[in-house]
Amino acid sequence: MSEEYVLELEHIRKEYPGVVALKDVTLQLKKGEILALIGENGAGKSTLIKCCSGAVIPTSGKIKVNGKEFTSMTPQLASENGIAIIYQEFNNVKELSAAENLFLGHPIRKGIIVDKAAMEKEAAKAFDRLHIKINPKELMKNLTVGYQQMVEIAKAIQQDAKILIMDEPSAPLTSKEVESMFEVVELLREQGVSIIYISHRLEEIYRLSDRILVLRDGEYIKTLITKDSEVQELIQLMVGRELTETYPPRGDCIKKDDVVLELKNVTGNGDRNINLQVRRGEIVGLGGLVGAGRTELAEIIFGAAKKQSGQIIFKGKEVNPKSPREAIDLGIALVPEDRKRHGAMLGISIKNNINMPIYQRNSTLSVINSKKEKAIAEKYRENMAIKTPSLNQLVKNLSGGNQQKVILGRWLAADSELIIFDEPTRGIDVGAKHEIYKLMNDLVEKEGKAILMISSEMEELMGMSDRILVLAEGDMTGEISKEEFSQETIMAYASAAKSKVEEA
Amino acid sequence: MNNNKVVYHLKDKAIWLVLIVLVVAFTIANPRFINPSNVMTLLRQVAVFGIASIGMTFVILLGDIDLSIGTIMSFVNIICAYMMVKMGMNMVLAVIISLIAATAIGVLNGLMVSTVGIPAIIATFATQTAFNGLALIICGGMPISGFPDGFAIIGQGYIGIVPIPVIIMAVCFAIGSFVLNKTYFGRYFYAVGGNMEAAKLSGIRVGVVKYLVFALSGLFSGLAGIVLLSRTNSGNASAATGYEFDVITCVVLGGVSITGGFGKMSGVVAGTFIIGALQNGMVLMNINSYVQDIVMGIVLALAVGFDCIQKKSQQN
Repeated sequence: MSEEYVLELEHIRKEYPGVVALKDVTLQLKKGEILALIGENGAGKSTLIKCCSGAVIPTSGKIKVNGKEFTSMTPQLASENGIAIIYQEFNNVKELSAAENLFLGHPIRKGIIVDKAAMEKEAAKAFDRLHIKINPKELMKNLTVGYQQMVEIAKAIQQDAKILIMDEPSAPLTSKEVESMFEVVELLREQGVSIIYISHRLEEIYRLSDRILVLRDGEYIKTLITKDSEVQELIQLMVGRELTETYPPRGDCIKKDDVVLELKNVTGNGDRNINLQVRRGEIVGLGGLVGAGRTELAEIIFGAAKKQSGQIIFKGKEVNPKSPREAIDLGIALVPEDRKRHGAMLGISIKNNINMPIYQRNSTLSVINSKKEKAIAEKYRENMAIKTPSLNQLVKNLSGGNQQKVILGRWLAADSELIIFDEPTRGIDVGAKHEIYKLMNDLVEKEGKAILMISSEMEELMGMSDRILVLAEGDMTGEISKEEFSQETIMAYASAAKSKVEEA
Repeated sequence: MNNNKVVYHLKDKAIWLVLIVLVVAFTIANPRFINPSNVMTLLRQVAVFGIASIGMTFVILLGDIDLSIGTIMSFVNIICAYMMVKMGMNMVLAVIISLIAATAIGVLNGLMVSTVGIPAIIATFATQTAFNGLALIICGGMPISGFPDGFAIIGQGYIGIVPIPVIIMAVCFAIGSFVLNKTYFGRYFYAVGGNMEAAKLSGIRVGVVKYLVFALSGLFSGLAGIVLLSRTNSGNASAATGYEFDVITCVVLGGVSITGGFGKMSGVVAGTFIIGALQNGMVLMNINSYVQDIVMGIVLALAVGFDCIQKKSQQN
């Protein structure tokens, strides 16, 4: 049995403190096949391939390469056994030639001198075998991203890789480059190389792969034969989890005619022609895959990134915030995704964190009104139910949920009317999540705020939003009203595979 | 959490303990150390570093560094002396113009760091070298002396038994402490130094804050330069060469984190006294000046090393 497979992962489990990233995942790769690995954000794809490369040591399970059994890999061992990984970020040296990059780490030598001519000759042969036209003398930095990737692939093959793992290889490429990459990948399959191909783009998977392995929440779901499967079935497998979480209900509080934020054909920061409206009392969800351009859109609205064209209309007036300061003064707030890096200032107190955007407002001749400072902090500690013995507590000593509440308090103190949440509950435990959801409800219901919520969690998106807008690769691919909410629809828009769903 | 608090308070007080130990040790080695006249000399010596260390504290709180302050002091030495002696300018006016010039050099640092984006260590290094050259051109390499009557008061005068430079230093420390604790600028310094991205997203104009901080560093160095000039009674283009080293040591010894975001003015006061005590004590003990340099180098490495080790253990 095992002779048939070049790579087998058996019952792989990976635990991190408090989280199980992979639960009993089994994968089998045949010689000369392309196996697509798919799943939502956080399904465990990256962790799984890192187990193959040696970057991650599985907690339990077995890895068999050509029948040889290992409990874990090291980068050295992986390469000795013919496993190579093409990451999204290339490992190349831009100032060296394509040939030198091909032999990076083990150059051809003549005595102690590097034999450039021989390397260039060998490189030309290697490129030829893959039918790619690259001048071996060309410096890496002068090659397009597509060609740089080709060099990476050639390098893997040159080092005798029999198992090639490609992590979202089409993501950085133009559509023309994608086509050439497909040709190379198909050629490799003919030459007997086995390939694990990770991609969000379902059309590519149908175009290239022989079989498809679906992961969901770190669990192995199913392996399908590509030509016998249907897009709809695939999407269902990817998202088909039970909706378990309950979301606090809220009354109908949308003020239909009071549009707080409107975007008209906003382009920039990787997004194209985005149109959307957020009304007072409304929570609009922004769905899509990681890298779909949602955070980038938030940055434009918040003045943290430049808009190329289009209009931002805030409370009926066209605005053009050029810095977060300007956006804050207008009444726009951003609760960022990476709380520790962009949100909370960990080394300073709760009181200072809450007051930070409004210190200038509450100062006379630059001297802070400390009574007001304290009163404001106290007010939002109470409103947000921040659990702390003292307002002078440093924010780094708080739990994730309480840190998030501090950031929320900060924006309420600044009188924000539009609050953009970027992954509001990432890294927050279940109990605290519920509290954050309640606070969000209060914001729209009682305080009349407008909320734009970016979320990669399907349940959260559907549980909290009044409407959902979906982005895919910088384009808005769909708008879904509450009655039409379903994981399948969101996923279909997010993988920009809408047409296929409709056909099916 | 409680444990953290204890460590925090210990660290806060430890620096004063070091100062006491040092004073006791030097007194045992040479009882003259504790003589009131020597103490006053020590304080007067320390005043120049102390005044300059306030601007440097702000700069380091932001996670930057200012290597130009020694040169700013020397430059002020020369231009103030030149204006008073060669141009016959009124003393007060000369001092004011000198301080404006010092602040302008700080603004130039701010421009390079904030607007252009040159790392502070290089930008201020460039300023250091360039203005040293300019100072030498202005004075032709010669010292300038013969100041108007009354100028010496700033650096050599007394109010009661307290030297005026010490009073100026005390006032400056009070101002520094006030800025850090009572004004929103102080909050901004900690926020930017602790987490620049989050500070930006909280609406702080980080670029403006950097300009301000380098300008203040220039201003305080300028003031220190004036005090030095008055004390030595002679304008010299190399009067304060290398002073940035002592000032940086005062600040980091005082517990201001070299990567920014953490530190207190009171700590810097202690750090300044320690450096003063060390230098004065070593002279009294007749320690060779080359050996003194070795000691100072070790002190700086230890002070920063302590900070880094603490950071490392926090991360783990």
